[in-house]
Amino acid sequence: MSFSWAKPYEPKHPLMRWIDERLPLPRVVYGAIGGGYPVPRNLNYWWNFGVLAGIFLTIQIVTGIVLAMHYTASVDGAFNSVNQLIMRDVNAGWLLRYAHMNGASFFFIVTYIHIFRGLFYGSYKAPRELVWMLGLVIYLLMMATAFMGYVLPWGQMSYWGAQVITGFFSAFPVIGEPLRVWLLGGYAPDQAALGRFFSLHYLLPFVIAAVVILHIWALHIPGSGNPTGVDVKDERDTLPFHPFYTAKDGWFAGGVLLLYAIVTYFAPDYLGHPDNYIPANALATPAEIVPEWYFWPFYAILRSFTVDFILPAKLWGVLAMFFSILLLFFLPWIDKSPVRSGSYRPVFKRFFWLLVIDVIILGWAGGGAPTPMRNVISQLAAAYYFLHFLVVLPLVSAFETPLPLPRSITDSVLHGEEAEAAPIGSKPRRGSTATATAE
Amino acid sequence: MRFILGFIGAVFAIVLLISMISGISEWVTNPPSPLAAEEFHKHPEPLHLASDGPFGKFDKAQLQRGFQVYSEVCSACHSLSLVSFRDLAGLGYSEAEIKKIASDWKTQVPSINPDTGEAATRKALPSDTFPAPFPNEVAARAANNNALPPDLSLITKAREGGAAYVHSLLTGYQNQPAELLKKFPDAKTPQGLHYNPYFANLNIAMPPPLTANGQVTYADGTPATVDQMSKDVSAFLVWTAEPNLTTRRAAGLAVVIFLLIGTILGYLAYHQLWDEAKRTVRPTGPLDPENQAKSRRAKAKAGVAG
Repeated sequence: MSFSWAKPYEPKHPLMRWIDERLPLPRVVYGAIGGGYPVPRNLNYWWNFGVLAGIFLTIQIVTGIVLAMHYTASVDGAFNSVNQLIMRDVNAGWLLRYAHMNGASFFFIVTYIHIFRGLFYGSYKAPRELVWMLGLVIYLLMMATAFMGYVLPWGQMSYWGAQVITGFFSAFPVIGEPLRVWLLGGYAPDQAALGRFFSLHYLLPFVIAAVVILHIWALHIPGSGNPTGVDVKDERDTLPFHPFYTAKDGWFAGGVLLLYAIVTYFAPDYLGHPDNYIPANALATPAEIVPEWYFWPFYAILRSFTVDFILPAKLWGVLAMFFSILLLFFLPWIDKSPVRSGSYRPVFKRFFWLLVIDVIILGWAGGGAPTPMRNVISQLAAAYYFLHFLVVLPLVSAFETPLPLPRSITDSVLHGEEAEAAPIGSKPRRGSTATATAE
Repeated sequence: MRFILGFIGAVFAIVLLISMISGISEWVTNPPSPLAAEEFHKHPEPLHLASDGPFGKFDKAQLQRGFQVYSEVCSACHSLSLVSFRDLAGLGYSEAEIKKIASDWKTQVPSINPDTGEAATRKALPSDTFPAPFPNEVAARAANNNALPPDLSLITKAREGGAAYVHSLLTGYQNQPAELLKKFPDAKTPQGLHYNPYFANLNIAMPPPLTANGQVTYADGTPATVDQMSKDVSAFLVWTAEPNLTTRRAAGLAVVIFLLIGTILGYLAYHQLWDEAKRTVRPTGPLDPENQAKSRRAKAKAGVAG
């Protein structure tokens, strides 16, 4: 591990020693998520969401494997295998299916919070650029997996969602249409598409798991970041991952699983669309085709381009939508500010919250039928999205004067010494100094 | 590189601005004409069923009445293809009753003659799903003015508004309002369709199915008003869409309590552990801010300056 004071693995049981000498797997685990990984002691609760994403990936894989035992990947049988066999006849099949359905939503919720955590605290900055980029790869794989999973029940939204999303590729000139036909294995979603989507939907989660290992491996070279963005200086700044962060992640995961259980057991269809309980019908287009909620911001960007200006509107929309994610790969070089944490960047902080609001507005805009009013709001929000990352952020990082940083992590967490540890000019928190003086 | 990216961002923003301006000008010069379906469409009236809410349970007597309405009225056109006769045990029917319901069902199950191999039919068994009233989609459309009666198994999950929508639709048939015809002379309900403000495009192919009080005679003596029959069949269709509803909620309650206890214990363990960790980074002795505060208090009490 990265820090010299990281505890080496010392097998206690003779069996573990025997294994460790031959295959140092226990050593690797101990150094990755055990007592051998020193973590900054000042992490706040926004740092819990990476572990949560891992938990939801595991839930998805476990429920998914069992669901696949009962699912039929055929255009004639898929809908009934889900809605009759799994939901009615398989023991606790309804639980597996609802857990998987809502598990996908929760996986995205915790991942979005995890990504915004990274955006606020500058987790993409040196030396963690590859951690960030691998995270984005995971996110792209998640999107592909979720899309293909949503097609599998072969309801109306499955079918028409597949139609629309694979239709993106036909926006590209010349190669577009042949590419779309090649990807679908036909001119419209059909047996060939369903079969390959099922196969890939089973494969990709394991690819995600592999990239997660790379993500964590890359993270453990410099070690975790922290809310101050100040580098770890000595042993006093860190605590071993186990038991301190296993305890903190543990109870917090319990709380999030509680919310997940409430949705899964008491409102399992709340996040879904009623049309997906109608079997797929190639001859009846639904009144409105909307993707799942986690794609709404991107769907809004896609739909915001309504004018053929040099390029066709559809191509603008598709390019903008792909670029809205790809641009995040360039973030380490767009934001050149040497200060990592948004807490010490007064201007950046305001724009960050503006971005959060902007993405929420985009989500709202993408989730409903396009009315003239919604289109205008969506276009303004989409324009701000691009301006934020590509114009505002470079300018802010060039001209902003950051607040002074604390000397070290330990300084920033000491009780009763906030006045001394806090950046010069900032107000002491919790009024501890004030009370002390008054006394 | 930052310059190139900034340029791309500006290009996207400009194209979006052009899209926005052209959209607004289009809207101003050529405002969208109102549609009858937008102005006269009604959202379902609220419907309260025993199965509502996080702890609601099915009212089995009502489900049985609803099943009676389905079998005597709806099943003439609508299939229930995901539900098996044996599932009726969830409504409180005994095994013998289910066997009788299945074998008495008006449509038989397609099969083959065991001697000749020719197409034949046989009586339904509890393990069969409800036989569809029409052998295929073409037959269904031919018998229904070219409209296809949807399968009802999942209807309360497949429509916005669920059971409330079904109830409002069944009781919402009316004559087309004169106001509508005055405003939209072209929107007259076509021949063979029926005006119903709860249906998305206002004109539904299904003729009013529940027309008279007493259309069915309830075995339990409940007066069979149109409203009652509609409520009962809506409740029944909640059950067909989600037969495990009660089990799911009971399991959910247990899981929530389990997780709540686990989370609280986890939180207490976390505090125990971290309070200690926080103590260890605190400066001790005369540098401890708590000790300093104590000494300040002691000095103030004693009237010593500083």
